Amino acid sequence: MAKILLEMKNITKTFPGVKALDNVNLKVEEGEIHALVGENGAGKSTLMNVLSGIYPYGTYEGDIVYNGEVCKFGKIKDSEEKGIVIIHQELALIPYMTIGENMFLGNERGKSAAIDWNETYGEADKYLKMVGLSESSKVLVKDIGTGKQQLVEIAKAMAKHAKLLILDEPTSSLNETDSKALLDLLLRFKKEGMTSIIISHKLNEIAYVADKITVIRDGSTIETMDKHTTEISEDRIIQGMVGRELTDRFPKRHNVKIGDVNMEVKNWTVHHPLYPERKVCDNVSINVRKGEVVGISGLMGAGRTELAMSIFGQSYGTNISGQLYLDGKEVHLKTVKQAIQNKLAYVTEDRKGNGLVLTNPIKINTTLANLDSISPHKIIDKDKEYQVAEEYRGKLKTKCPTVEQNVGNLSGGNQQKVLLAKWMFADPDVLILDEPTRGIDVGAKYEIYCIINDLVAAGKSVIMISSELPEVLGMSDRIYIMNEGKIAGELSAEEATQEKIMSIIVSSGKGA
Amino acid sequence: MEKVNVSAFLRKYTMVIALVLVAVFFSITTEGKILFPQNINNLISQNAYVFVLATGMLLCILTGGNIDLSVGSVVCFAGAAGAMIMDKGVNMWAAVLAMLIIGVLIGMWQGFWIAYVKVPPFIATLAGMYAFRGLSNVVLQGLTVSIKNETFIRLFGGGADCYVPDLFGGEGFNMTCMLAGCLAVVILIAMQLKNRINNKSKGYETAPLGNTIVKLVVISAAILWITYKLASHKGIPTALIWILLVLLVYGYLTTKTRIGRYLYAVGGNEKATRLSGINTKKVYFIAYVNMGFLAALAGILTIARLTSSQPTYGQGYEMDAIGACFIGGASAYGGIGTVPGVVIGATLMGVINQGMSIMGIDANYQKVVKGLVLLAAVTFDVLSKREKK
Repeated sequence: MAKILLEMKNITKTFPGVKALDNVNLKVEEGEIHALVGENGAGKSTLMNVLSGIYPYGTYEGDIVYNGEVCKFGKIKDSEEKGIVIIHQELALIPYMTIGENMFLGNERGKSAAIDWNETYGEADKYLKMVGLSESSKVLVKDIGTGKQQLVEIAKAMAKHAKLLILDEPTSSLNETDSKALLDLLLRFKKEGMTSIIISHKLNEIAYVADKITVIRDGSTIETMDKHTTEISEDRIIQGMVGRELTDRFPKRHNVKIGDVNMEVKNWTVHHPLYPERKVCDNVSINVRKGEVVGISGLMGAGRTELAMSIFGQSYGTNISGQLYLDGKEVHLKTVKQAIQNKLAYVTEDRKGNGLVLTNPIKINTTLANLDSISPHKIIDKDKEYQVAEEYRGKLKTKCPTVEQNVGNLSGGNQQKVLLAKWMFADPDVLILDEPTRGIDVGAKYEIYCIINDLVAAGKSVIMISSELPEVLGMSDRIYIMNEGKIAGELSAEEATQEKIMSIIVSSGKGA
Repeated sequence: MEKVNVSAFLRKYTMVIALVLVAVFFSITTEGKILFPQNINNLISQNAYVFVLATGMLLCILTGGNIDLSVGSVVCFAGAAGAMIMDKGVNMWAAVLAMLIIGVLIGMWQGFWIAYVKVPPFIATLAGMYAFRGLSNVVLQGLTVSIKNETFIRLFGGGADCYVPDLFGGEGFNMTCMLAGCLAVVILIAMQLKNRINNKSKGYETAPLGNTIVKLVVISAAILWITYKLASHKGIPTALIWILLVLLVYGYLTTKTRIGRYLYAVGGNEKATRLSGINTKKVYFIAYVNMGFLAALAGILTIARLTSSQPTYGQGYEMDAIGACFIGGASAYGGIGTVPGVVIGATLMGVINQGMSIMGIDANYQKVVKGLVLLAAVTFDVLSKREKK
């Protein structure tokens, strides 16, 4: 039995209003590859952020025992000194610096203030060789592909003398060849005595490299499986990830008549705005009927938001091709304004970043997408604005002292209601709701579901993008499953289960 | 409860209180000279350009803390062009129109680079600052061109007799001025009252009656006091008419119109605004076109006041305008700021300038003090926001 390198004991981390981690325990042996799996928002990344000192000691409860001693990391540097290095999902490289400069950023070679460039590039080349990358360390990071960039990240970690390497979704932006190379590199490091923790959604990859698998669900550790003692199959992992009771968390819809097709998208292909050779959505065809809630399920990065935004007046992507039909007629929506005029609405997943003007009051946010209707001759009718804001405040039961309140001071759930009010006031026929309940509490979620039901009861169509499987299952009449830019499957509400959706995602990932 | 109100009150009216304190300070150190009617008149005429430019600058700053460094040079260039046109004997109104058109064109030029090519405003307007300064020199051939058109000078606030004539022709005390002041107070109170009754009848939230009354009394007293002072000198300076016109128009524009709303929204969250179907590029463009227009107006006021045009006019004006906005509570990140705030900011700067001049403080030290006041105002703004979180 190898020695325990890391033990996290009873870790509890709360954010305002949410318990992100609840008594989590994790044991990692020296020299193993330990996988963390769980749905989006289950708490995997939070746990790793606690470990690496991003959430400093004192902001969480519980103990971290590393190499036999209790650690109190105040910042990332503290954990790095001990050899714990985290590689984030979003690559943290600076494009216009060379590989060598990036590798030693914050860890510069040389004496006092002067940087020793010979040592920097010499050392960098040494580590690049270690990870099997044949580029010169003087090449700019922007000039190498994402696969190689990921290797640079690992080389950077090695340069910090990592003993415990944490990789958060290391292969999410890599193609299959690069992913395989990366996983093989991890296996090689393991032979040399390196310990790794890998977070991944790709269960086939986990089955390939991991020695042990810990499942996290809703901020708690569910179980740890050991490859050497139990048979690990993907089905077994999925069962652990989603094995949750579906309770009565979703209001029922009664007598909602599902009518004709309201919006249809055919052969929709969208390219990445910065890397035009990359297809973000690939030949997607979907439709939604009047009075219907259609769910789009999938993992982060599956291209769901990008699909929605490209439909919504081409607010994302380049080289968009395909046909869009609204109420049977083909339309070409080039701007957001045209999309709104054609009675389409997109309620963003990022309410603070893309949705609301936080420094402005509720009433101003409510009317922003449809200001024309309350401003004849371009002069705003403030009475009408107030009335509109009050009307939606009552309708959606937004909790606020007055509609003059700045949106920035509201809770997440109430902000979400203001965002919904804004788009309901724009009077759309088709609403695309992107993660409509992200980061809000259970009670507010229920209210949002009721609003969705009211919308479809009024004959509107709702497309709901959500990463929460129970929500998709509980609310949708029909579910599309998206993976890697493609529609991987379509299920009716009756046939859909969490296991089915997960296995469609996993099998489509393998086929790619 | 009482204490909360006091701190909220202090935060809301910090700059008003600062203005009062500064005025009291200078009236003590200058032995009341700063309150002489003549000095109040000068304060308004001398700082007319600050009010006009700061109003334009506010719109740019609202779009996201974007400033326009070129306004000083544009003031000079528009003035130079106008002076040359009038020097050729062209009709004064044609010259005024030409200057305003030049301002708009310059605004379009800069707005194009900023809004559509995405050149950072700092750089685009820095380029303008150099270019239009150089062009002013070219137009004037390095010389001073004097303005001879008396009507132009009087109308735009220059020369010895730049006052609205007294309809009653009274000696010493200007009755027209005082009446105008009273009328302004009556209109203000009537509008507030109407607004209040309107809100009450529709069941909207209204501010406590006490607050409104106190506010009205303070503002009315200020208006009456200033008009009394002005009336005891020579009456209303024509520059004040232009200032009031600009402030009223832009006060309305920023609070009651669609474009005003868009300016705040873009500065508050550009992405959300774009995703609400608003053409954000056009909003930036309009802000800078408008800045060009107001810079030209400030140019007109400047050459009228100085009765000439020189290649050095307008230097440092951009900093006065930017300073007035930030002292007046505009956020350096955009989305926050008001026209009344600008009035307070510009007045505070003016009072400090005037007070120190009367005290006979060296002009270089005056700059030091102005710099420190700006720093203090913005620091306070940053700190009071942090406190709230």
